[in-house]
Amino acid sequence: MNELPVIDPKKCNGCGLCVSVCQCGALVLIDNVVTLIATKECDWCIDCEAVCLTGALSFPFEIVIEES
Amino acid sequence: MAIQTDFLKRTPYFSDLSLTDLDSVAKFFFEKKAERGEMFLLEGELDEVLYFVVSGVVKVLKTSAEGKEQILNIARPGDSFNDVAAFDGGPNPAAAQSMGSVVLYGIRKSNLEIILRDHPHVALNVIKILASRVRYLLSLVEDLSFKHVIGRIAKILLQYAGDGTGTGQRLTQQDMAAMAGTVREIVGRSLKTLEQEGAIKFDRHRIIITNKEILKKIMEAPS
Repeated sequence: MNELPVIDPKKCNGCGLCVSVCQCGALVLIDNVVTLIATKECDWCIDCEAVCLTGALSFPFEIVIEES
Repeated sequence: MAIQTDFLKRTPYFSDLSLTDLDSVAKFFFEKKAERGEMFLLEGELDEVLYFVVSGVVKVLKTSAEGKEQILNIARPGDSFNDVAAFDGGPNPAAAQSMGSVVLYGIRKSNLEIILRDHPHVALNVIKILASRVRYLLSLVEDLSFKHVIGRIAKILLQYAGDGTGTGQRLTQQDMAAMAGTVREIVGRSLKTLEQEGAIKFDRHRIIITNKEILKKIMEAPS
């Protein structure tokens, strides 16, 4: 399953800092709003979430117990 | 390369200076560029340079002898870093690494002192900036030394663990920080420590608990 980060376009102020730190080219600004264009490339490094001051991007983790 | 005085005007340091004054201080700055991942400022070295982020993002961090990283600050456009070394002339207290392509303006200690002599009211801004840094770092000291944050993170992971069918609640690092009463920088470090201890592993958007017993021990350890 290809899990997606959550983007709230209403919170995006179009500063582009997330795009500048994205290492895999998964993010772009379209009409001044952050947009995910390459979901398969996103490796969940969460750098973009860390630099976003408005909370427009969130990367929720699913917590799972591995059966041994 | 011309230093943009309108950028300097937007920084907390120089917001009080007139455009004429800014024109006269701009000559003291130099531009520096760094590429993604470049560690352009090293902890412990003598640089005596104050930096301002013009574009991009810079991670300010300390690294332990064992290679453990603690992010102290994320500097965005308009923010400064290495203020302490630029004022006391001592070694850089932390390293700085660019998170993407960055453009910086730098100013050496000797030139900063000229500005402060010629425009003493800038010193009041400096005091306010340094005071807010001290306040933030004190809260970080509290989190690192008095709170058993890693135990709380371990508890949260056990509490919210699902069976892997995708029905469980999802948590961001910010959610975990709010639950544990800390900041996300400390959550990131705690998760890395739990990974090194062999309690969890990361699989893209999943945190997999690989050893419940280790996690329980960490959760129950006295603070």
